[in-house]
Amino acid sequence: MNHLDPNRHVRGESQYLDDVPVQHGTLYAAVVESAVAHGRLLSIDATAALALPGVVHVLTAQDIPGENQIGGIVPDEPLLAEGHVHFRGQPVALVLAESEHAAHAALAHVRVEVEPLPIIVDPRVAAAQGELLVPPRTFRIGDSGATWASCTHVFEGVAESGGQEHLYIETQGAYAFPTEMGGVRIVSSTQGPTAVQRHTAHVLGLGMHQVEVDVTRLGGGFGGKEDQATPWGALAALGAFVARRPVKLVLDRMADMRMTGKRHPYSSDFKIGLDADLKIVAYEVTFYQNGGAAADLSPAVLERTLFHSTNTYFIPNVTATAYSCRTNLPPNTAFRGFGGPQGMFVIESAIACAAERMGLAATDIQRRNLLREGDLFPYRQPAEGCHAEQAWDTAAELFNLPARRREVDEFNQQHRWQKKGLAVMPICFGISFTKTAMNQARALVHIYTDGSVGVSTGAVEMGQGVNTKIAQVAARTLGIGIGRIKVESTNTTRVANTSPSAASATADLNGKATELACLALRERLLRLASTELRLNYEGLHIENEQVLAAGKPADTTWEKLVSAAYWQRVNLSENAHYATPDLHFDATTNQGYPFAYHVYGTALTTVQVDCRRGTYEVEAVQIAHDFGQSLNPQVDRGQIEGGAVQGIGWMTLEELVYNNEGRLLSNSLNAYKIPDLYSVPKVLDVHFLDTPGHSRAIMRSKAVGEPPLMYGIGAYFALRDAVRAFNPNSTISFSAPMTPEKVLVNLHPHFTTTPSDAWNSPAPLTSVTTSAAS
Amino acid sequence: MLQFYLNNQLIRTAQPAGSTLLDFVRYHQHLKGTKIGCREGDCGACTVLVGEVDAAGETVQYQSMTSCLTPLGNAHGKHVVTVEGINQARGGLTPVQQAIVQEGGSQCGFCTVGFVMSLTGHALSTRPSTEASVRASIDGNICRCTGYKSLERAATQLQEQLQARPAAAPLAWLAEQGYVPRYFADMPGKLQALHSAATAAATGGSETTAPAATSNGIDTQAAVRARILGGGTDLLVQQPEHLRATPVQLLYSQPQLRGIRQEGNTIVLGAATTAQQLLESEVMLAALPQLPRYLKLVSSTPIRQMGTVAGNFINASPIGDLTILFLALGAEIELQNAAGRHRTLPLTELYQGYKQLAKTADEQVTEIRFEAPASTDAFNFEKVSKRTHLDIASVNTAIWLRLEAGVIREARLSAGGVGPTPMLLPRAAESLVGQPATVEALRRAQELAQQEISPISDVRGTEQYKRLLLHQLLEAHFVETGLLTEEQL
Repeated sequence: MNHLDPNRHVRGESQYLDDVPVQHGTLYAAVVESAVAHGRLLSIDATAALALPGVVHVLTAQDIPGENQIGGIVPDEPLLAEGHVHFRGQPVALVLAESEHAAHAALAHVRVEVEPLPIIVDPRVAAAQGELLVPPRTFRIGDSGATWASCTHVFEGVAESGGQEHLYIETQGAYAFPTEMGGVRIVSSTQGPTAVQRHTAHVLGLGMHQVEVDVTRLGGGFGGKEDQATPWGALAALGAFVARRPVKLVLDRMADMRMTGKRHPYSSDFKIGLDADLKIVAYEVTFYQNGGAAADLSPAVLERTLFHSTNTYFIPNVTATAYSCRTNLPPNTAFRGFGGPQGMFVIESAIACAAERMGLAATDIQRRNLLREGDLFPYRQPAEGCHAEQAWDTAAELFNLPARRREVDEFNQQHRWQKKGLAVMPICFGISFTKTAMNQARALVHIYTDGSVGVSTGAVEMGQGVNTKIAQVAARTLGIGIGRIKVESTNTTRVANTSPSAASATADLNGKATELACLALRERLLRLASTELRLNYEGLHIENEQVLAAGKPADTTWEKLVSAAYWQRVNLSENAHYATPDLHFDATTNQGYPFAYHVYGTALTTVQVDCRRGTYEVEAVQIAHDFGQSLNPQVDRGQIEGGAVQGIGWMTLEELVYNNEGRLLSNSLNAYKIPDLYSVPKVLDVHFLDTPGHSRAIMRSKAVGEPPLMYGIGAYFALRDAVRAFNPNSTISFSAPMTPEKVLVNLHPHFTTTPSDAWNSPAPLTSVTTSAAS
Repeated sequence: MLQFYLNNQLIRTAQPAGSTLLDFVRYHQHLKGTKIGCREGDCGACTVLVGEVDAAGETVQYQSMTSCLTPLGNAHGKHVVTVEGINQARGGLTPVQQAIVQEGGSQCGFCTVGFVMSLTGHALSTRPSTEASVRASIDGNICRCTGYKSLERAATQLQEQLQARPAAAPLAWLAEQGYVPRYFADMPGKLQALHSAATAAATGGSETTAPAATSNGIDTQAAVRARILGGGTDLLVQQPEHLRATPVQLLYSQPQLRGIRQEGNTIVLGAATTAQQLLESEVMLAALPQLPRYLKLVSSTPIRQMGTVAGNFINASPIGDLTILFLALGAEIELQNAAGRHRTLPLTELYQGYKQLAKTADEQVTEIRFEAPASTDAFNFEKVSKRTHLDIASVNTAIWLRLEAGVIREARLSAGGVGPTPMLLPRAAESLVGQPATVEALRRAQELAQQEISPISDVRGTEQYKRLLLHQLLEAHFVETGLLTEEQL
């Protein structure tokens, strides 16, 4: 069973936002941005811009009819700057013009006067100055403080992970149309149609019923269009509302990179204690999250960092504290893994730190501390259906971990200028929105009189194949061919109050709602068949569009039954609601049962480093993954491969560089590099672990979107292993990404022409100055 | 008036020659299959095929190009193919499309058409389909969803199918197999007719008419007013709005600016020679047998098919890969001004400061000349960038050494990313002359090189890193050329 969309994708017939046929009278919008990272906004003068041919309006905060506020969790983010500017790229005004060229040409003619204020780009500096987006949170189990004295080994250190640009290939955008009665209809490239609807209504001073948001599909999202599609939807709507004409707003690549938030960089302190048997008995960690200038989703991302601070290990005494720090960067936001990867990088750094100082392999510590059935996570949910050891042992056996280690060591003995490295990365990821209320979904299913079926849910298709899975669920539940099913666009007037497509939970939530709706329709149809054909309801089934009675074909088919139902005035539409059962979490005690279930897996990563040039290749990533009973192995394998490579990118090539003025230097595809065809692992094996899945997973097929990203962390530790093979005394810091620069300077730490300690400087933020020379 | 075929349709347009093919296709012709990803040739979502009829008028050679950086004028007289031009009737899939669907090579789909076009270009190529060449055909396409493994599987599937493609007249076979529609068979004739008509028509033309060249290759009046535009791969990144609004003088398709020939020991390149043409030249491969290894590090397949050698020189980037390579080869350039006056300039003398050139605005490069290295000479090119392929160098460098009886008699060493211009390092090079290729000689050159460079910290690396990198790459030169062994270092 193939993903449904690709037949259209390969022919170029899938419609994305910029492909929507342009309506007569459309105005084009371009956003005037703050060129200063922090300051008092003194004036905006659009006189010169308005005098240009084709320019129709220049809108500022003064033109907003409702409240100038789009903050999702904390109301701290204006749609258009008012009073102050807080980051470079912050929207200040909106130009509306008759053509895209005219709109962009006008940008330079809007004069924005700002009185500069001090700029903070480093989260630790922000924390020291009390610049926090929300109060700090601490997850605690046992008593780590009381345990240190009894530990055989205690190690402390610092770990840093960089941000990551989503780099969806389709940039952000929206197309808004004024509707009668003074409302707006928005075609939006968003993972969260309801968020766009709610904030637009708020900004325009309308009821949510006056704002319709429609999403056909996204050209990639990865979290970047969860909350951060909202400003563009709301701005286009503001334009349409004021001008009473359609308004189209599409960001060009560099504007998108400058203006939107990214994965949060973290700087963290860790302390780990082990007993004589290498059991981790205590762990303390403090996370400093670089949140950017507004809260956005940072508090929720921070919470998930805490949930995953112990990765897939059982540690009885844990104190994990997290600060969400306000800096003058664009508000950082959701990105596949949602803070989980940042938490896991630190515990893996702590384990590597301990292993290196004791002269052991990290695997000696990792394997011994894996979660077992019933072990408690620091938030007190027990590990149920735990496959941590199964995943590790299967990967180690199937991909022959001892032989891999031997090969690497032998190669390193035989080669002076080429070194290999190996790392094992086990993962455990909790599935559910950690905000319990968001774990609900609805589906609206229509059966048309010809037997074809339309399904509407709150799920947004962005390449993850959720529409295919939903169609599969409907087809399987109704007993009909998938060709009869159309998954409709995601539209707030058909399915209301939706959660964003995020948290890996989209197929589970919307699939379950679809299943419930289809079960109700199926029952209704079979009840009719039972009455009309005088058959026992209990023995009735629909299979391959044929009604079966006690396993034998009855005298009716899907089409006939549907037609009969219409004439008997049986309701052929159903609207179902699903809420994940059993979930609860108390955010004051930080305890509860937040996750429907956990997903497990283990990856082996092998790299080879050219020690003369500092360049490297990821040779192999070999994964044993817990899919449960995969509903669609091809879609699921695609998620593992794509997620792992995205994680490798985060850990290796992808380096966000801001200067001290808060200006993004890695501001285009020529300066910010994501993996290409040649930089991905030469071998990428995916083994489907034999696991039963979970009843809270759609048809026991476990969520698969985010977990594989964290396999990429193995690339960092494998590179570290290789660097230490060349230079055993390396004092290499726990600082990701491991760029070719970091590799080379750590291979050759003694090369200096002028003294500098910049090599191990963890944060790239402040160490780089701008230049026009390249 | 520009004239070309877009898929099966003859286009006549007065749109500016310096506007992009991408905007024309998407917003004037409403062919929405071609996507906008970055507008700087770095993602490949806008890849189209551009076919050029051969001199005999018998076959059309297709190359993949990123339409975001293709000046519309460069389409003049050609066959531009978008996905709409290869789609089969009634929703059928071509073998390329089928392979991608089967292997799960499309997730969000936004980059997919670019891959389809690149692989279709590979199928239309007359070169053999190998595992390496089919992968190379998609090396300019970025995908954020799949991690490429499924696309690799699709490419492999395709490569196996293409083993059956006949070497002679492959087009009939490709049409039969459904790779391209049957109208492709008519394209040589149609393009030939277009050329004849154009030749028969005016020779003056408007200022944006593409091939309006005078006998010396330069439209003298237009040259004074117009921006000179080659492949577009730098200028359309830097100033697309300006190029759209001003007259441009197009060089890319001018036959007198193309071609690679050898005159005695001297190799002569036309200014509009592309990187891809270097790779396909027997003259170049004989002179520099390792050229494919070097050029694999330079941009991507579509960009190599678009960007010109002279364009790389004139862009004057301090890290221009081809510039660094040709500096070490001791290349000279032939300049011609609007009045038709010629002069010759050593390439190294072209660069006076950051993006400052020793040439007047109306002067353009017509030829590039260099002495072919002897088989006993040592030559090597090194480049390190954050991402090994399709990236801009942190540091690049090339070396040429003339050896006699184990002693270095002449030396040229170039380096990029270590100063405001692409530069030669004469003192480091000079220190090698008269020396046998020993570790000591290398160390001395490494030391002198550090004194000759002035790198700055930027997004491609810190100053310290660039210094270390050049130091290491000089070592790599000696190892790669076999002058020193791994054990000696």
